[in-house]
Amino acid sequence: MDVRLLTLNVNGEQHTLAVPVCKTLLEVLREDLHLTGTKHGCELGECGACTVLVDGEPILSCLALPIELEGREILTIEGLMEGGRPHPLQIAFAEMGAVQCGYCTPGVVLSAKALLDRNPMPTRQEIAEALSGNLCRCTGYIQILDAVERAVAWVRERRLILEEGRS
Amino acid sequence: MAERNAMEMAEYKWPEPERRRLIGKRISRVDGPEKVTGRAKYTYDVNRPGMLAGKVLRCPHAHARIVRLDTSAAEKMPGVKAVLPLKKVGDEILWAGDEVVAVAAVDEPTAEDAIRAIVVEYEKLPHFVLDTDPKAAGERVRPTAEQVEGDPDAAFREAEVVVEGLYGASLITHCCLEAHGAVVEWEGENNVLVHVSTQAVSGIAGQMAGPLGVPAGNIRVKQDHIGGGFGSKFGPDSWGIAAAQLSKMAGGRPVKIMLERDAELMVAGARPSYYGRVRVGAKRDGTVIAWESETWGTGGIPPTSPLPLPYVLRIPNQRKRHVAIVTNSGPARAWRAPLHPQACLLTMAALDDLAAALRMDPLDLLLKNIELAGERADVYREELQIAAELMEWKKRWHPRGDPSPGPVKRGLGVSIHTWPGRGHACRCDLTIHPDGSVEVKLGSQDLGTGTRTAIAIVVADTLGIPLEAVRVRIGDNQYPPAGGSGGSTTIGGVSSAARRAALDALDQLFARIAPLLNASPDQLEAWEGRIRVKEDPSRSIAWEQACARLDGMPLTVRGENPGPGELTTAGAAGVQMADVSVDIETGIVRINKMVAVQDCGLIINMKTAESQCYGAMIMGISYALYEEKIMDPATGRMLNPNMEFYKLAGLADIGELVVHMMTGEKYDRRGVIGLGEPPVISPGAAISNAVANAIGVRVPFLPLTPERVLEALAKKGGSHARV
Amino acid sequence: MRAFEYVSPTTKEQAVALLSSTWGETEILAGGTDLLALLKDDIVRPRRVVNIKEIAELRGISFSMPAGLRIGATVTLQELLDHPDIARHYPALVQAARGVTSPQIRNMGTVGGDLCQRPRCWYFRSGFGLLARDETGRSLVLEGDNRYHAILGNEGPAYFVNPSSLAPALIAYGARLRIFGPRGTREIPVERFFRIPKSEAEREYDLQPNEIVTEILVPPPSAGMVSATYEVRQREALDWPLATASVALVLEGQRVRSARVVLGHVAPIPWPSPEAERALLGKTVSEEVAQAAANAAVQRARSLGKNEYKIQLARVAVRRAIQQAVGGGARR
Repeated sequence: MDVRLLTLNVNGEQHTLAVPVCKTLLEVLREDLHLTGTKHGCELGECGACTVLVDGEPILSCLALPIELEGREILTIEGLMEGGRPHPLQIAFAEMGAVQCGYCTPGVVLSAKALLDRNPMPTRQEIAEALSGNLCRCTGYIQILDAVERAVAWVRERRLILEEGRS
Repeated sequence: MAERNAMEMAEYKWPEPERRRLIGKRISRVDGPEKVTGRAKYTYDVNRPGMLAGKVLRCPHAHARIVRLDTSAAEKMPGVKAVLPLKKVGDEILWAGDEVVAVAAVDEPTAEDAIRAIVVEYEKLPHFVLDTDPKAAGERVRPTAEQVEGDPDAAFREAEVVVEGLYGASLITHCCLEAHGAVVEWEGENNVLVHVSTQAVSGIAGQMAGPLGVPAGNIRVKQDHIGGGFGSKFGPDSWGIAAAQLSKMAGGRPVKIMLERDAELMVAGARPSYYGRVRVGAKRDGTVIAWESETWGTGGIPPTSPLPLPYVLRIPNQRKRHVAIVTNSGPARAWRAPLHPQACLLTMAALDDLAAALRMDPLDLLLKNIELAGERADVYREELQIAAELMEWKKRWHPRGDPSPGPVKRGLGVSIHTWPGRGHACRCDLTIHPDGSVEVKLGSQDLGTGTRTAIAIVVADTLGIPLEAVRVRIGDNQYPPAGGSGGSTTIGGVSSAARRAALDALDQLFARIAPLLNASPDQLEAWEGRIRVKEDPSRSIAWEQACARLDGMPLTVRGENPGPGELTTAGAAGVQMADVSVDIETGIVRINKMVAVQDCGLIINMKTAESQCYGAMIMGISYALYEEKIMDPATGRMLNPNMEFYKLAGLADIGELVVHMMTGEKYDRRGVIGLGEPPVISPGAAISNAVANAIGVRVPFLPLTPERVLEALAKKGGSHARV
Repeated sequence: MRAFEYVSPTTKEQAVALLSSTWGETEILAGGTDLLALLKDDIVRPRRVVNIKEIAELRGISFSMPAGLRIGATVTLQELLDHPDIARHYPALVQAARGVTSPQIRNMGTVGGDLCQRPRCWYFRSGFGLLARDETGRSLVLEGDNRYHAILGNEGPAYFVNPSSLAPALIAYGARLRIFGPRGTREIPVERFFRIPKSEAEREYDLQPNEIVTEILVPPPSAGMVSATYEVRQREALDWPLATASVALVLEGQRVRSARVVLGHVAPIPWPSPEAERALLGKTVSEEVAQAAANAAVQRARSLGKNEYKIQLARVAVRRAIQQAVGGGARR
């Protein structure tokens, strides 16, 4: 078996580990790094439950090989907290009832984060398009849309307050 | 004392509206923060020391007999720790994907290699998976006795209008995002620890005891969170038992078997298909007097049972026949509101067709006949009016067939539904600690519906303390047993048991505190973090100080359901309306808007109650438009055991959704009624009716795929059929 | 997933040397969205996987006049969408890429991979082979469920549909592929890259096992060119189209001077329709002309039993693509 020693940057930490090249990023995150917030869903790239961000963009960890991702910044749901504080999206999802069984939630939150980083003022349509690679079965789509909009508003308010403070 | 007990008994009721600080409000899920940060652990996430990977070899044929089974090569492979045949030579396999051999190995690739090294030879036998035509099913039909009420023949003679139609809904699956599975390990000779993705934490041990040969009391079952069940996760399943047996063979090492996505869709449960020819007879004014239905459908090998027809409306004269078709499609399981969505479709579509024949607004037809709904008729009447306002029905409805130009036709549809939803049997232990914190323990589970939160709300409101002071512990069968989460029975069961426990605990605490406040216990109340004298609130003691009087001994009280006082009843009623657009050139249906108006008695948490309705409507959109377990006549296999062609609605497929929950004294006094199932019943019928209203012709079967919509338009003929 | 050896060459010469001359022994990895699924489903069992994403010259997009557009094979669908020149000059390509509605797939999937991905035929994906035959040699597609199978070019023995999102648009624009192999570089029209296999030993495209697609060359837009892609897709969630059409028309005044009409997801190859093109030539595009072209496009279509409806969908796709290109008509 082709096993390589890889150094992966996950949530800002460098991890060096021996990985069979045929092991997916999803499996390495969950089994080797014990980051089980990234979920097994369909295994074939259709449900988005395994979404993580690589250099800020959402990808499917079930279809990615870790060996291709050395030197890239991998962000999982566990790395979304900033200084021990939840990301506005996390707060909004919890408060708006956008979480039901919660199994799709980490992937959805990360897809939303990638959108907000690129486009801080998305329309509802743009949010829907950005989350079209994530399926929810419970299904909380309406509250998910509401939660992303709420987070957008918070981030905007916070920025306005900061700007006012400066001026 | 006898008198006082009688008084206490009378106290087992829900608080009056002005005494509810939390009940009925919009409360965020207590486990939300865990779930949004990825800390919440699901069975799939369980990673035990020394854990082995379990895999199952499945039969590729829909019907076959095993003629050779040789596992010796797999057994000899390095890293393979146990090989367990689940079938033997001579056994007959009745559906593709059935389990043949299970293995446990040091990692997944090794387990997969071992599976590939097993030699199985099959004698293929004829299979049958078609379910839409009972005449084509030959000997595979299982008729049930005809049911007759009233005098249908006379009623049809008397009827001034008779319509006949064909309706049905295809086989669909649960498609839980977290697959079925378990992690099982033996602790010594006689104790088993089971982590399992289940809707019935307290029910698993009893089902595993027999097959494993250990007392149920020695089987510990745990589950923190579950990624969907929808009726398909009540048992340990053959793979859960296999994981336990493999673990024993491997010296007790934990064995994890989670189903692959294809197995999840092939064998972990399906909602049976139902189709039917329905005749309805009515007076010219719309009064429905006669019903006749001939139904068929399949749920695999066990015959399907007759549907509850006609649905909701008890038409006085009826004749019903049902034949089950026995197929090799794989096992059926309870799917959110078993039998109801199909019965609802057959009934509401037939009534909608009747309305069209009468040139009546179907909303008026339902209102005209609503007394046939019996006890809940007034609720439906009220709900239909509210839904009509939210949909602007009277302004926007048009007779069947949107006359506007262009390929996109718009239409409205309506449906009503019911569900029992009385709380299940449930026990809980409530402990008040001397530091004032409160714990509630029960062997229940939270399917994402908000069970933990509901229990915390009830206890906190009863004890007059903040939500954060209550810690709810579920998901462990060492806690007092609670029923499985099926039939929308959980909320009624857990909230009633928790309410009784909290009331009893409060009584005991009052008995200790009363002398301090120079009052008798029955003069006390708990309110906003204090225990105080009702008549003189200035005489009070803080909750923590009161609890400190427990002399260092936590106070534990058992609460039960059923029990004294009627805290939960049955009979939720709901109405849904759909507004759709249909492109008659492509047959593609889009949802513009849906409205759900739902009653479920007293609402514990408005936020999670609305969530159930939103989610159910979307699940309904999904099965109405997209979902089908496609069975292959050639191979007998499911052709779409993936999420590529087993299609679920996405975020951009659902349109605008409006939920209105019925509230008020009239609803509160019925106590708590379950909600998980009712709102998933009507979407299929409401959407099918809306499509018929848009395009002027009934598309008989769900899902309403482009293929089926175009076929219906072609049969209708005219210029719509082709462009 | 079975074990394999992984290599990541940095030049195309190295890549070709690492590829076997026999199908099945090695596989090329670009975005991985198809290859990993094939590996997991045990449809391919390579001993070696050759990652081509580290080859610099396979990357990048460039556009200039009069050279036209060059797209590296490992450019992702998202990079394609984000490129302003493509958005401006090649709307049919952008509309086609947008049909892949999952951002995750667009971030991973590459242009070369879109062209080389294997068919989604459910018999192929269950291990019955490209021609989907059971052990007695009968076609499972004909005997079984063919609701998503071919309505054109379906004389057999292949009945799958080509899954490429971009190929119809690329063909409509007259794009060419540059392919590198042991004997150097060759260039062929995208249209000729695809072929209908006649036996299980053949692939559905003109590529040797040790060749790689390196870049896609699209001619500059001609003066007066209008173009569009129309997809008939059931869901907004990630979903395979049921039929698509890409058209590129060169208008002289109001008249069609030249026309390319290419259908997707209806045949084992992207399906250019000379019949539809003839129906457009010299005409002023009206609803009737678009309809005539659409009817001509499916003139030779035939149902395999359960896919009759796709004939109608293909017809609608062609008509709406034409109308969209000339700036009118129904848009979804």
